[in-house]
Amino acid sequence: MHNIKSDFPIFEHLPNLVYLDSTATALKPRVVIEKLTEYYTQYSANIYRGLYRISEKATQEFEAVREHTARFINAKPNEVIFTRNTTEAINLIAYSLGRSIIQEGDEIVTTIMEHHANFVPWQQLAFENGVDLKVVDIDDEGNLQSLDTVITKRTKLLALTAISNVLGTINPIKDIVKKARTLNPEIIIILDAAQAVPHMKLDVIALDCDFIAFSSHKMCGPTGVGVLWGKQELLQQMPPFLFGGEMISEVSLEKTTFQNPPQRFEAGTPAIGEVIAFGAALSYLESIGMDTIRAHERQLTRYALERLDQQFGDDIRVFGPQNEEDRAGIVAFRFRTVHPHDVAQILDQSQVAVRAGHHCAMPLHKRLQVPATTRASFYVYTTEEDIEKFIKALQNVKEVLCTRK
Amino acid sequence: MYEEVILSHYRNPHNKGTVSAPTSSVHKSNPLCGDSITLSIVESDGIITDIAFEGEGCVISTAAASLLTDYAKGKKKEDLMKLDASFIIDLLGIELGATRLKCALLPLEALQVVCNSL
Ligand SMILES: Cc1ncc(COP(=O)(O)O)c(C=O)c1O
Repeated sequence: MHNIKSDFPIFEHLPNLVYLDSTATALKPRVVIEKLTEYYTQYSANIYRGLYRISEKATQEFEAVREHTARFINAKPNEVIFTRNTTEAINLIAYSLGRSIIQEGDEIVTTIMEHHANFVPWQQLAFENGVDLKVVDIDDEGNLQSLDTVITKRTKLLALTAISNVLGTINPIKDIVKKARTLNPEIIIILDAAQAVPHMKLDVIALDCDFIAFSSHKMCGPTGVGVLWGKQELLQQMPPFLFGGEMISEVSLEKTTFQNPPQRFEAGTPAIGEVIAFGAALSYLESIGMDTIRAHERQLTRYALERLDQQFGDDIRVFGPQNEEDRAGIVAFRFRTVHPHDVAQILDQSQVAVRAGHHCAMPLHKRLQVPATTRASFYVYTTEEDIEKFIKALQNVKEVLCTRK
Repeated sequence: MYEEVILSHYRNPHNKGTVSAPTSSVHKSNPLCGDSITLSIVESDGIITDIAFEGEGCVISTAAASLLTDYAKGKKKEDLMKLDASFIIDLLGIELGATRLKCALLPLEALQVVCNSL
C-alpha cells in the first residue's frame, strides 16, 4: 500500500487533509476522474438507440461496466441493475418485489444495526400491509444476536447489512443465510453490502443471498451510481418499479410490454458517464487487490484501537467489536461527555475530517443509549500517520473542552 | 469558535435545571444531531419572570441556551417572539456555519414555542 495518496488528486489541493469519513463517501482516484472526463469529452452520447459511432462507443463502454461489475462480485451480467445508489436499489426491491408478495400474516425481519436505507423501506412496507416487522437485537459488544428464534415459516423477507456503518461489525452472512434457509426455505434475503463490497472480496454465489445492494461512491467511483444484484429467477418475476423509456419492449395505446431484466428496472437515461467511470474504480481496486485492502484496513483498525486505548483509556468509549478481525475500518466513539459535534468541529481545526451524529442509524443509537457518536473510518489511502494526527487532534479536544481554566 | 466566553457558559451554564411551579414547558429536539432541550418558564402579566433549561447539547447549543435564558428573564413575551437568527448570532458573538447555526437556534425555537403556548 505504497504511496496510494499520490493516486488521489485531492491531496494535491489539500496536502494536510486527514480524511476519515470514507464510510460516508470515498475519495476519487485520478483514473476515475479521467475516465469521467473521457466520456464527456470523447463520446458523450446517449446509449442504446444511437446508430452513430459515439453512441455505440458509449453503449459498449457502459455495458462493459455491467460485465465488469458482475465479475467483481461473481455474478452474471444480466443480474446487475444500475440504480442511483444503495438506497434506491433497496427501495426498488421493496416496491417491486415487496409490494407484490407481502400478504397478511407475513413477517419481515431486519436488524437494529441497519442504516435507515435498509430499515425505513421495510418498516413502511410493513405498515402499509399491516404485517409484523421483527428487529433482531445486538449483544453488548455489537454483534448480532441469534436469528433462530426470530425467523419463522411466516418470515417472507430478511433484510440485513453485511457490515454496520457505525459499529463496524462484520456479520457472519454465510452462516446467517444458511441458518435462515433451514428455518424457512422460502425466505428472500436482501443484503445491504454498501460497507462490504468496497472493503473486501464478496462472492454472491458463495453468500447465497437473493439480492445485494451497494454504491459506487463508497468504492472510489462517482456519485449517482448504485448496484442492485438479484437472482435471475426472482428478477424475472418482478414487475417494473419505474416506467418510461429504455425499460419497455413494445408500447401501444392498449398496453405495454416490458423488457427483460436488467433493462426492465432501468427506466430513463442512466448516469452514463458515472457508470463508465465506476468501471475505472473497479479496475483501480482490483489493481490493489481486495484482500490487500482488507488486510490494510484490519491493520489500521488494530492500530487505531490500540492507540486510542493507550492515549485516552477511560476517557474514550469505542463502540462495536473490540477484536479487529470482526470489524471493518470503522471506529465510532464517545469522548468523555463532550458532544460529538464539538469533537468533530475541533478535529476539523486540524484538518481531520470525521463525522458526528447518528450516521443514519437512529434505532441503533437509541439501543446504545447515546444520541450521537463521532465516527472515524478508513480506506485504501488511510495511513498510520493519519491516525497519529487524529490522536493528536483528539488530545486537543481534551485541552480545549475538558481542562478548566 | 470556541472562545473563552462561550466555553465558560458551556462549563457553567446559567439557568440550568428546572423552575419551581412552571407556567409552561416544552421539549424540542434537533433531528440532525439528536440534541434536545427542555425549557420551562414562569410567566406573569406577559413577562417571563423565571426560566430554566435542561438537556444534552453541544458547546454551541448549551452556550446559546445559557445566554438566551439570561436575556429572556424579565422580558415581555411579545418581544421575545420577535427575536431571530441574527439576534442569536450577535448574542454568541461568533461566526457559525449552516450546520452549527441549527444548534445555536434550538433554544430560541424552544423559547418561542413555549411563549406561543401561553
Ligand atoms: C450500510 C449502509 N447502507 C446504506 C447506505 C446508503 O448508501 P447511499 O446513500 O449511497 O444510498 C449507507 C451509506 O452511508 C450505508 O453505510
